[in-house]
Amino acid sequence: MLVSYEWLSEYVDIKGISPEDIAEELNRTGIEVEVIYTRDAGVSRVVVGKVINCTPHPEADRLNVCSVHVGHPAPLQIVCGAKNVAAGQLVPVALEGATLPGDIKIKRTKLRGVESHGMICSAKELGLPDKVLMKEQQDGILVLGKDARIGQDIKQYLGMNDQAIELQLTPNRSDCLSMFGVAYEISAIFNRDLTLPEVEVEESPEQIAPVSISIQNEEDCPVYAAQVIQNLRIGPSPQWMQNRLITAGIRPINNIVDITNYVMIETGQPLHAYDYEQVGGGQIVVRRAVEGEQIITLDGVTRTVDEETVFITNGQEPLALAGIMGGESSEVTHATTTILLESAYFDPQMVRRTSRKLGLRSEANHRFERGVNPERVQPALARAVQLLYEFAYGEVASEMAVAGFGEVEEVQVNLRHDRLTTVMGVPIEQEEVLSIFERLQFPVFVEEGVYQITVPVRRPDINLEVDLIEEVARLYGYDRIPTSLPWGQQQAGGRTWIQQKRQAIRHTLRDLGLNEVITYSLTSDALEQEIAYPLTVPYMPIPIAMPMSNEHAILRTNLLPQLVQVAARNRNHGVSDVSIYELAKVYLASDDNQHTLPEERFQLAFLMTGNYHPANWETAAQKGGDFFTAKGVLTTLLERLRITGLEYEVISMEGFHPGRTAIIKHDNQVIGVLGQLHPVLSQKYDLDDTVVCQFDLENLLLTSTDQLTYQAIPRYPGITRDLALLIDESVPVSQIEAGIRAVAGELLKSVTLFDVFTGEQVEAGKKSIAFNLVYRSDDRTLKDKEVQKAHDRVVEYLVETFEAKLRQ
Amino acid sequence: MRDRLLALQGEASQEIVDAPNLESLREVKVKYLGKKGEITSVLRGMGSLSAEERPVIGALANDVRSTLSTLIEETEAKLESAKMAEKLANENVDVTLPGKSISIGSLHPINAVIEEVEDIFIGMGFHIAEGPEVETDYFNFEMLNLPKNHPARDMQDSFYISPETLLRTHTSAVQVRSMIDKKGEVPVRVISPGKVYRRDDDDATHSHQFTQIEGLVVDSGVSMSELHGVLLHLIHKLFGEETEVRLRPSYFPFTEPSVEVDIFHPEKGWIEILGAGMVHPSVLEKAGYDAEKYTGFAFGIGAERIAILKYDIDDIRHFYQNDLRFIKQFKSV
Repeated sequence: MLVSYEWLSEYVDIKGISPEDIAEELNRTGIEVEVIYTRDAGVSRVVVGKVINCTPHPEADRLNVCSVHVGHPAPLQIVCGAKNVAAGQLVPVALEGATLPGDIKIKRTKLRGVESHGMICSAKELGLPDKVLMKEQQDGILVLGKDARIGQDIKQYLGMNDQAIELQLTPNRSDCLSMFGVAYEISAIFNRDLTLPEVEVEESPEQIAPVSISIQNEEDCPVYAAQVIQNLRIGPSPQWMQNRLITAGIRPINNIVDITNYVMIETGQPLHAYDYEQVGGGQIVVRRAVEGEQIITLDGVTRTVDEETVFITNGQEPLALAGIMGGESSEVTHATTTILLESAYFDPQMVRRTSRKLGLRSEANHRFERGVNPERVQPALARAVQLLYEFAYGEVASEMAVAGFGEVEEVQVNLRHDRLTTVMGVPIEQEEVLSIFERLQFPVFVEEGVYQITVPVRRPDINLEVDLIEEVARLYGYDRIPTSLPWGQQQAGGRTWIQQKRQAIRHTLRDLGLNEVITYSLTSDALEQEIAYPLTVPYMPIPIAMPMSNEHAILRTNLLPQLVQVAARNRNHGVSDVSIYELAKVYLASDDNQHTLPEERFQLAFLMTGNYHPANWETAAQKGGDFFTAKGVLTTLLERLRITGLEYEVISMEGFHPGRTAIIKHDNQVIGVLGQLHPVLSQKYDLDDTVVCQFDLENLLLTSTDQLTYQAIPRYPGITRDLALLIDESVPVSQIEAGIRAVAGELLKSVTLFDVFTGEQVEAGKKSIAFNLVYRSDDRTLKDKEVQKAHDRVVEYLVETFEAKLRQ
Repeated sequence: MRDRLLALQGEASQEIVDAPNLESLREVKVKYLGKKGEITSVLRGMGSLSAEERPVIGALANDVRSTLSTLIEETEAKLESAKMAEKLANENVDVTLPGKSISIGSLHPINAVIEEVEDIFIGMGFHIAEGPEVETDYFNFEMLNLPKNHPARDMQDSFYISPETLLRTHTSAVQVRSMIDKKGEVPVRVISPGKVYRRDDDDATHSHQFTQIEGLVVDSGVSMSELHGVLLHLIHKLFGEETEVRLRPSYFPFTEPSVEVDIFHPEKGWIEILGAGMVHPSVLEKAGYDAEKYTGFAFGIGAERIAILKYDIDDIRHFYQNDLRFIKQFKSV
């Protein structure tokens, strides 16, 4: 809603209050003001002039030499290039020294040898945007109305000194979609006098044109009023009205349209004018459309509607889409002399539904959707009739016909003083509360600490006690409410076990040099398909009903694809060292997506490519896309989470390197995957070797043990033995290690792999591996003999089980 | 014999002092004090001495021995420190060379903001509540006074999955779930960060996915004054104690009175930072709380908005593009 400051000043005394003051106080009391527009785009020394005569330039075909009277003793000679200039016109004249928008300065010049003492301006040159101009004003010089006075400052004539305060109204404050509503609000905020215009209705001497109204369904249209006006003469509306409409963001058209718009902005009640000749004997029938029924609207478009749409008809043919747009057949044209003027209340939900369905938005349906003030339906019509009489020669040709309810009941709401002080947390005085209601013009009666309020119909947002509390609080001033901290029953705050674990995981990975990312929950099917789903079998993504794009069409079931995408995007931007992680939800379909919510499970995923630790001036870089570097990161994380006993099993999976991918199990249940991306996939994204890891978080944390128990520090020295073996390449180290532990007995405290190699020095099909074994007892210093016995068992086991050969 | 000992002491002392390095010093030590050394061999001749002389010469010999030992030790120390000095003189480094740092990663700024806000509220006795991101229309709208066709639904066009389920448009749905979980018990004091979704085209100021942090307190006698206090505390912790704060009346269907909170930015003026209000009595009632007995307040703040203001970020898309040149700037938060 754009509020003209000048217009507002007619209804409420705002002397000494600037538009900025109004904006500031509106903001503080609940109506957001973002901008104050000034209509003066930098115009000075431009006045109204009259073209006395106009002759072609002797040297130039396209130019005219004009003699223009601007109120000076002598007329000015001005050269003008506009086609539409003519003697007798009133025009805006930029005098010598004038400034125009865009920092243009007007000087005396010579055009093809003829002196020009100024410039006749177009609307554009005055900074008027096309959207507020009539078509004929958009080209050539701006021809002013007959009411312009020669020598008058153009800014005054065109209302360019006015300012528009733009209100960002919340849906509950539909009352401020009118100048009247804003005036009530300003009057309450500043405690200033309010003067709304009084409407004098010319009584029709006799019923000239008949009007009858019938409403099929009163829920769609609780009240409908109409009146016929005749002998209208269509022409421009007075400049002051045009100025106010322009400030309100509405393009002036002609006096009839302008008056309906003017009354809508003034009262908040949209009006519609029908060419009476097309209304078929003045019969108005408000009814539901039939499924598939059509109407050609004012914009020339044929609209097919459904049975939830309400039509205004003449008993047979639809004349208008109720509350949305008029029909072409009954449009007011230049030939129109008699109109039927409509003022009604339409069901907001119905209007909203239809306008959305048809994609039609207008100032009128915006107001109907939010609910107009039913009390203003008839006064608004009367106000328009009065203006038509004053500015369009209109004469009343019928009485005001009204169908639907007459009186609107006011709502009574009680407010308890102690409830008010409890909710506000302020010991406000009764007197102050009463003065607030007085400023709001809410009739109030107090009895035993209870305010009985009669809520005016213009404020449909107030129905409950809390609504009144808000009214008092906002005019009291939120900033005056003192501050305190919750004092009620205390409770210890904190994170739950799982919330703590999630934080620990994220912080540990951060500390290990990985960067956290957040990717979108919505993704594409194609991207999801690129990597197999070891954790979410079977793959059943949940689609969005109406996606905005294919890129964001389904809910993700897996974090990895987008991590790959992030790595690729970074790579594209020249960042090739990428170590990233994400801990977020994935969404798994339930059997019945229509009625039950999907399962949302947290996943943890990380990706490493390029260098993990970059090279420095002495040390070489550590590669991130190396399986064992990533496994090392994972191992440290698991240690931090006190998770042990996970098993790694090599697996071949879509999207992964067949020999460098492991499924991770706990108690034979798959809980995660760690592996190198398939080179075909990493090449597709222009990535170096890339290793990724992903876990189902809940399953991972199930394996975490909570109890940490201190282990005594060894008091006796240990004995170490190195063990180097030649063994079949295919035997996994984990199996060898497990075997060693099993046969060595309890003296063996640790087994550490310290060397693995294959190659020329080693027989084909074999690998050389070396372990460091530490034997120790907790209660004595071990003797070599005891250790040798255990160690011999180990060697024997390895030789027998794996046909290993001992190396020296 | 006495003369011999004293002469040896003089000779030895000279040689010790003259020893150019530790090796020569060791040789001198062996020469005089070793098993076959000169002093030892002199002492071997003690047997030929008289009983009176023996103790006297014995004492003198010990004296000479200990004097020489002390001198050797002193010299040894000197030589050692000279050797160390020489070694260290060759070990100089350029202390301005860069260190071999271990790289540390960064939290995502949004999650860093969430943790910061969580910690502020944990300090005030809040728990962290969670709710589903795919929500029912019932919890996301109906329970919050947003029936179908409510004009306020205009403000939040949504991603529906089915007619009854959608990606939540605000974390306010968790308010209702938290209250229902508490089954009418007080106090309810929760904060709930999470992802929310709206049908917006992604641009510098809009994102179809973003992050909200919801707060809810329900208890007896909760007032706007406490709401004011809690929000002020939050903002002062987040943006500094000096931050100027303005409360404005606003409208949310699920709170009444409703509040919008602005902070003053030295360059941009008043900036909207969060929405809040007293929980609407009908929301309390629907969630199983007697609105006559209990009151509550709720607020919702955008995590992106906090980060944007705190770190002067110019484009909301940075948060979701995950350019490491962006993310790595937040190592210290």
